[in-house]
Amino acid sequence: MKLFQRSEFYLVVLIALICIFITSQNPNFLTLQNLYGVLRSASVNGIFAVGVLFVLILGGTPDVSFPAIAQVTQYVAVLALIAIGGGNIALAFAIAIVLGAVMGALNGIIIQIFRVTTIVVTIATFNLYFGMLYVLSRGDVLFEVPRPFHDFGGTLLFAREGANGAVYGLSLLPVLWLAVMIVGWFILRRTMLGRSIFAMGGDEVSAVRIGVNTFAVRLFVFSFVGALAGIAGIAHASLVLSAIPNSIVGVELEVIAAVVLGGASLFGGKGTVTGTMLGVLLFAILRNGLVLLNISSYWYDVTIGIAIILGMSANAWQQLRARRNQVNVAVEGEAP
Amino acid sequence: MQPFLQLDGISKSFAGVHALVDVDLTVNSGEILCLMGENGSGKSTLIKIVSGVQPQDSGTIRVEGQDVRDATTAEMIRHGIQVIYQDLSLMPNLTVAENIAMARTIREGRRLVRWGEMRQIAQEAMDRIGAKIDPDATVGDLPVGLQQMVAICRAFTSDLRLLILDEPTASLNRTEIEHLLALVREMKDRGIAIIFITHKIDEVIDVADRVTCLRDGRNVGSLTGEELTYDRIVELMTGREVVPVPFVARIDPTQAPVLSVRNLTKRHNFADVTFDLYPGEILGIAGLLGSGRTEIAKALFGFSPADSGEIRIGGKVQPIRNVREAVAAGIAYVPENRLTEGLFLQKAVGDNLVSNVIDDLTGRGVLIDEDRKAAMVAEWIGALSIKVADPSAPVRSLSGGNQQRVVIGKWLTRRPKVLILNGPTVGVDIAAKAYIYEIVHNLAHEGAGVILISDEAPEIVNNSNRILLVRGGRVQRELETRQTSAQELHRMVAAS
Repeated sequence: MKLFQRSEFYLVVLIALICIFITSQNPNFLTLQNLYGVLRSASVNGIFAVGVLFVLILGGTPDVSFPAIAQVTQYVAVLALIAIGGGNIALAFAIAIVLGAVMGALNGIIIQIFRVTTIVVTIATFNLYFGMLYVLSRGDVLFEVPRPFHDFGGTLLFAREGANGAVYGLSLLPVLWLAVMIVGWFILRRTMLGRSIFAMGGDEVSAVRIGVNTFAVRLFVFSFVGALAGIAGIAHASLVLSAIPNSIVGVELEVIAAVVLGGASLFGGKGTVTGTMLGVLLFAILRNGLVLLNISSYWYDVTIGIAIILGMSANAWQQLRARRNQVNVAVEGEAP
Repeated sequence: MQPFLQLDGISKSFAGVHALVDVDLTVNSGEILCLMGENGSGKSTLIKIVSGVQPQDSGTIRVEGQDVRDATTAEMIRHGIQVIYQDLSLMPNLTVAENIAMARTIREGRRLVRWGEMRQIAQEAMDRIGAKIDPDATVGDLPVGLQQMVAICRAFTSDLRLLILDEPTASLNRTEIEHLLALVREMKDRGIAIIFITHKIDEVIDVADRVTCLRDGRNVGSLTGEELTYDRIVELMTGREVVPVPFVARIDPTQAPVLSVRNLTKRHNFADVTFDLYPGEILGIAGLLGSGRTEIAKALFGFSPADSGEIRIGGKVQPIRNVREAVAAGIAYVPENRLTEGLFLQKAVGDNLVSNVIDDLTGRGVLIDEDRKAAMVAEWIGALSIKVADPSAPVRSLSGGNQQRVVIGKWLTRRPKVLILNGPTVGVDIAAKAYIYEIVHNLAHEGAGVILISDEAPEIVNNSNRILLVRGGRVQRELETRQTSAQELHRMVAAS
C-alpha cells in the first residue's frame, strides 16, 4: 500500500504538527525529561489499547469491560501482596494476568454462546465486575501499596540529573508497553491464531468454512484482553502508588477512540499495532501539551473530540478522493 | 465404472417442509454434471448435504463406493470434495495468498505464519489453473471475476476430486465466464468430477456432459448427449414448454421523449452519451462489464452524478445531482445487486414494498396509516404474484425470484416515468424470469420508458425495441431490435 494511503501516515503528520505547535509555545515540550513523562503516562492506556485492537479486529463492537477488569485485578493483587507482607512484582503480575484472563474469558463465552454483540455483553460484565469490587471492598481505598509496586514504578533507565536537580529517566512502564506491543504484533502478523482473528473480522462465515475454530479464537481474544487489562492494572498501581476502586474506569472511550483513530475499523478485520500506538501517543501528547500551555484540563475532552473528528474526516476524505479518481471505465479517447 | 459420488434416496425436511424427497444422484470422475432447478427446488440443500454442512434425514452417500455417514465439512474435504459457494466465502480484508493458502495451513495444524510459504502455496495453486493474480493484493479490491479465481485456487490447495460450483457465473462478465468454462473443462480432462449449478441454459449446453434437474425437491430426470438442447432443458426444468413473448413496442410517434440525454460525460466513467427514450419504449443497453453501462445508469439515477451534459425529463431540463432529484423527477433504478443495494433484507416484505412511498402513506399527523399501507401491500403482492404467506415475513426468507419481484415492486409503487433495470433476472429461474418480463412489458405499455441493461443477449433482444451498444464508455451503435438477432448482438458485444 502506498504510504500516503495509510492512516498511520496522517497520524504521524498530525502528531508532528501538534508537536511543532506545542514546542513553539513552550520549548520545554521537546526535552527528554518531558518526553519520558509523556511515554510513562501513555503506557497504561497503551497496554489497554493493544487489547482493544484485538477485539476490534475480531469484529463486532468494542469491549468496554477492560477498565473494570483492570480495576478488580489491581485491587486483588495489591490486597494479596499486602496479605503476604511484600512478595514481588512478578507475583502481582501473575495474579492479575490469570484473574484478568478468566474474567475476559467469561465475556468470550457469553458472546459465543448467546451470540450477543460484544458491547452489550461487556457493558453487563463491566457493571458486574465493578459492582462486585465495590460490594466486596466496601469502597475502601488502599492508599499504601506494598514495596514491589514502588520499586517497579520507580525504576528509571538512562537516569540522569535534570537542571533543577531532580533525577529523571525512562520508566519501566513504557518498556512494558513496548513488550506488550511486540507480543501483540507477533500474534497478529506471525501466528495462524492472529490471521484467524483477521479472517473472522473479514467474514466469520467464510472463516468457519476454511476451518477456523471460531470459539477457540474468540475465547483467546477475550482472555488476552483480560490478561492485558490485568497487566495495565498493575502498571497503573505502580504509577499512582495506590489502589482506588474507581481510579481507572472511565478511560474506555478514550482508549477505543485512540485505537479507531489509529486505523482500526469498527466493522472488524482491519487495524495495526503501529497505528494503535500512534493513536495513544497522539492523545498523550495532547494532554501533555495542554498542561504545558497552561490550558485548563477541562479542554482535554474537547481537544480529544476534535482530534477524533479530524482523524475520521481525513480518513473519509482520503477514501472519497480515491473513489473519485478511480477509473471505473477506460473511456475511449479520454486523456489519462 | 464406479461413480465417484453416489447418492441414494436422500431426503431432508425443515420444520415439516420437504426440501429433498428421495433424491438419487451420481457423478463420475471426469464428468461435468450440470445441476439445474428453479429457485427453491432443493439444489442448495443438496450441496450442503454433500459438503457435510448438514446431515440428511435419510438415504446414503457413497464416495468411491464407500459409505460416508455424518461427515463433517473437514472430512468431505479430505475425501476431495470442495464447494465454491455463490458468495465465494472469501475474507475481503486478507491478501490473495492468505485466502488461498489459509485453509490448507489451518488443516495442517500450523501455528506460525510463514509468509513466503503462503505465497508459494498460492502461487502453485494459481499456476495449476493458469491464474495470474498478485498474491499480495487485497481480495476485496479485486473484481468479482478474479475473486472467483481466488476461490477456485483455494480448492486446488488440497487433493481435489469433486468440485461443486454454485452459480459461479452469476456475477461474471462474458470474458470471465469463458475463462471459467475453459477451466472447468480442463479440470474434467484431469479426471476431476464437477457439479455445476447454473440458471443459464447456453452455458449448460456449452459445458455439460449430463444435466440433472430438481423440481420441488425431487430429481425429475436427466439429459445427456444429443438430448442437451435448449427446448428439452427448459421442458425438464419447468415441466412444460416456455415460449418467450417478445416485446412489441406501442409508441405514439407524436409524443416527446420522456428522457433525453445529451453529451453526458463523467471522467473515468463514460463520455458523450446521447440518446432519447420515448414513452412505451424498452431501450436495451448492451455492453461488457466495464464498458460503462452501469456507470451511465448510476449517473441517471444520481448515484454518482455526471460531470457534464444535459438530461431532460419530459422535455424539461432536469439536473440530477443526487438520488433525491432523480426520484423526484420520476426515475427508478433496480440495481445489479439486489441483495446489497435494493432491499432491506431483514425487514418485512410489506415494509420493503412501500418503502419508497412511505411519505404518501402518512395519515393524519406523522403516523403511518396502517390500513392504507396494508391495502397497498396486498395490492402489489397480488399484482406481482409474490409468493409469501404473510407480508410481515422478512424478505430474506423469499426465493431469489420473489425477492426480485419485491425490488421491482418497490419502484412500481411510485409509478415511475423512467425505469432503469440493471441485470433484472440475474440469479432468477426461467419461470420467474418470464413473469418479470411480463411486468416490465406492461409497464412500458402503460407509457413508462424502460432502460434494460443486461449481460444476456437473448434477454435484450426479446425485451426491447431499440438497443444501444456501449463500449469504452461511449455509445458505439444504435440498433433496431427487429433487425438484430441474439447471435449478432452477442457477437457485437463480445467483439468490443
